[in-house]
Amino acid sequence: MVVTVIFIALIAILAGWWLSRQGLTAKPWLEVGVSGDARGAEPSVRPTGIGLGAFLVVAGSLFSLLVSAYSMRKGMADWQSLPMPTVLWFSTGLLIMSSVSLQTAVIAARRGEHDAIRFGLFAAGAASFGFLAGQLLAWRELAASGRFTAADPSIAFFYLLTALHGLHVLGGLVALCRTTIKAVVLSAACTPRALGALARSVKLCAVYWHFLLLVWLVLFSFLMRWTDDLVAFCRGLLT
Amino acid sequence: MTDDTSNVIQSLSVAEVADVELYHPKSWITKYVFSQDAKIIAIQYSITALSIGLVALVMSWLMRLQLGFPGLLSFIDADSYYQFMTMHGMIMVIYLLTALFLGGFGNYLIPLMLGARDMVFPYVNMLSYWVYLLAVLVLVASFFVPGGPTGAGWTLYPPQAILATTPGKQWGIIVMLVSLMLFIVGFTMGGLNYVVTVLQGRTRGMTLLRMPLTVWGIFTATVLALLAFPALFVGSVMMLLDRVIGTSFFMPAIVSMGEQLPYGGGSPILFQHLFWFFGHPEVYIVALPAFGIISDLISTHARKNIFGYRMMVWALVAIGALSFLVWAHHMYVSGMHPAFGYFFATTTLIIAIPTAIKVYNWVLTLWRGDIHLTVPMLYALAFIVTFVNGGLTGLFLGNVVVDVPLSDTMFVVAHFHMVMGIAPIFAIFGGIYHWYPKVTGRLLSDTLGKLHFWVTFLGAYAIFFPLHYVGLMGVPRRYYEMGEMAFVPPSTATLNAFITVVALIVGAAQLVFVFNLVRSLRRGRPAGGNPWGATTLEWQTPQTPPGHGNWGKTLPVAYRWAYDYSVPGAAQDFLPQNQPPVPRTA
Repeated sequence: MVVTVIFIALIAILAGWWLSRQGLTAKPWLEVGVSGDARGAEPSVRPTGIGLGAFLVVAGSLFSLLVSAYSMRKGMADWQSLPMPTVLWFSTGLLIMSSVSLQTAVIAARRGEHDAIRFGLFAAGAASFGFLAGQLLAWRELAASGRFTAADPSIAFFYLLTALHGLHVLGGLVALCRTTIKAVVLSAACTPRALGALARSVKLCAVYWHFLLLVWLVLFSFLMRWTDDLVAFCRGLLT
Repeated sequence: MTDDTSNVIQSLSVAEVADVELYHPKSWITKYVFSQDAKIIAIQYSITALSIGLVALVMSWLMRLQLGFPGLLSFIDADSYYQFMTMHGMIMVIYLLTALFLGGFGNYLIPLMLGARDMVFPYVNMLSYWVYLLAVLVLVASFFVPGGPTGAGWTLYPPQAILATTPGKQWGIIVMLVSLMLFIVGFTMGGLNYVVTVLQGRTRGMTLLRMPLTVWGIFTATVLALLAFPALFVGSVMMLLDRVIGTSFFMPAIVSMGEQLPYGGGSPILFQHLFWFFGHPEVYIVALPAFGIISDLISTHARKNIFGYRMMVWALVAIGALSFLVWAHHMYVSGMHPAFGYFFATTTLIIAIPTAIKVYNWVLTLWRGDIHLTVPMLYALAFIVTFVNGGLTGLFLGNVVVDVPLSDTMFVVAHFHMVMGIAPIFAIFGGIYHWYPKVTGRLLSDTLGKLHFWVTFLGAYAIFFPLHYVGLMGVPRRYYEMGEMAFVPPSTATLNAFITVVALIVGAAQLVFVFNLVRSLRRGRPAGGNPWGATTLEWQTPQTPPGHGNWGKTLPVAYRWAYDYSVPGAAQDFLPQNQPPVPRTA
């Protein structure tokens, strides 16, 4: 559970930092009235942004728990590691590509370049579908490997981790499709307001994809056993 | 306290308060059934939760009848006893308490108390309720599947949860896990809404430290729930896979009924970690909203500002943070490294500090207050007493050496019923008696309310005080019948029969409450907008019950904190949060 505790500690630090800026040492019983700058007309982050952030915390908690469970199980004597399918490298590359394309779309949206936005969104969508196809190939490769039994925990964990991550990618693709449709429909001579709304959608997609990439890189490093030394070190600290 | 602070007092024009785009219902169906209005959703949540709670109440009767008078009801056998026990626990903790505090009180009070027109994402909010209802229906369906509901206990510990000898192995456990996963999905949708609304939906002047403690409690509990429920989700998914496709996440190599099962290599302890990483914060998911509600009830009905408001807020946040570091105190008997036991016992005891701060502050709020013994106030006082009682036995059980002999006895049952069963239910009752006039425009009957209170309060103690002794005598929990056991004196059987009789009476008193709820809808005394003389914004709405959009044309502005009671020199003994300060003339 060390991974989870670290995750919760990070969230706690973040929350503590945020709370410390909220005037928690104010004395509300002495202060009456409304100060002039209580709330600006346009809050810096919109509700959808906060909503996404909160969702990422939930999803982050989910994945950190999965990684915790995985590393706890891995520490037991009978664990047999799995040779990882090579195709995972390709899918990792594709996910990085989609994250990068979305970032270019964000930059393009800031500059108002319609074609570049569309290109970035389409490229990200295509790369994400490619990523999912790569994961499916990895599943098939493992299934055909001859070692496949449902009762083997290392196989079960591999399928569970990739499936839950893949589901999150699929959910993101729904939002990405909606944003892409919005971008295609939007004419070049649109109002700055409409462009701003599109830019915000693109930004949200990009944040979500960066998160998915980060989660995948963490999962990948655990699956590839690069973190074995780290896990052993943590266990050494605790026992 | 006076109004002559250095703040610049501005007269605010209407346009300064940014309005939100509001959804407008077009038909009866979208107004009352598939409604996106947080107030309607809150009522839907509350009615659903209370209804399923009544089912769980009936199951507790059946269990008590078996314990007090073994063999009296022929249809209760060992299997059905375990099924009642499991469903009673699961329903009460998750489908009643969690849903009612966050979905019910949260939805109703967050927008109104913060001066918002609605939740930030009304559509998602509506979905949240319907997914919750689906989860409840799936849960109810487990009574009708072949083999009946699962009898694995509310903790669903593997391996026994999915072994053939456990009742409900066939379908019950599958249905249970699916229902839990649905609940978590539904809750997450609602929870994101509550958090974002508190962060972004506050009206002008409503700083975080001007929020009523009810909102602070619900907000902190929601954050806990958003972080903790994924653990139950992960556990449920993995156990479902173990059960359905034969993976071995939690299932070790095992022989069941003389047969070697195909499982091998899973870790049951892993499930316990995941379950209690959710399970312990769950105690506070239920307790923190209760803390908040009680703070507001005490302050309002004692006509005094809450003592140590800031400390109350900090204590809520501290309890929330600490609740993630104590989960393994539920696992002492599962065996662990002594250093871990030491660590978890210490963190468990540390939680007592912020909790004690809260109790002291409530008592100090009451000190020399103008205490009105209304029904909500009676429940608030009962909450404090009961929570302290349950909390003190928690200090015993938090210590490894005391916990090991007491674990799995009725003492534990008495402890957690006091602290997270009875106490939060008192807060819920207090809250319902307090806010019912705002929801319906009519007061609940005071006579029936007092009858309900005294029977419930005295009855709860008559049930759970003796249960501590039964536990100390060594009567184990989860036993369908005791039979002849040398170490248990026969007097415990008498005590058990007594407890059962009282439990039936207390259960019947809840029907008085339901009757009161229904009767007062039409025949209750009209309440007016602010029957308790409360300061918080929900009592200052232009209409009662609040209309669509809550606030008429203009949003309220919060000029002061939520606890300006009995301010010297003020015309009334309360100053509403939206009452502007008197400009200085000098």
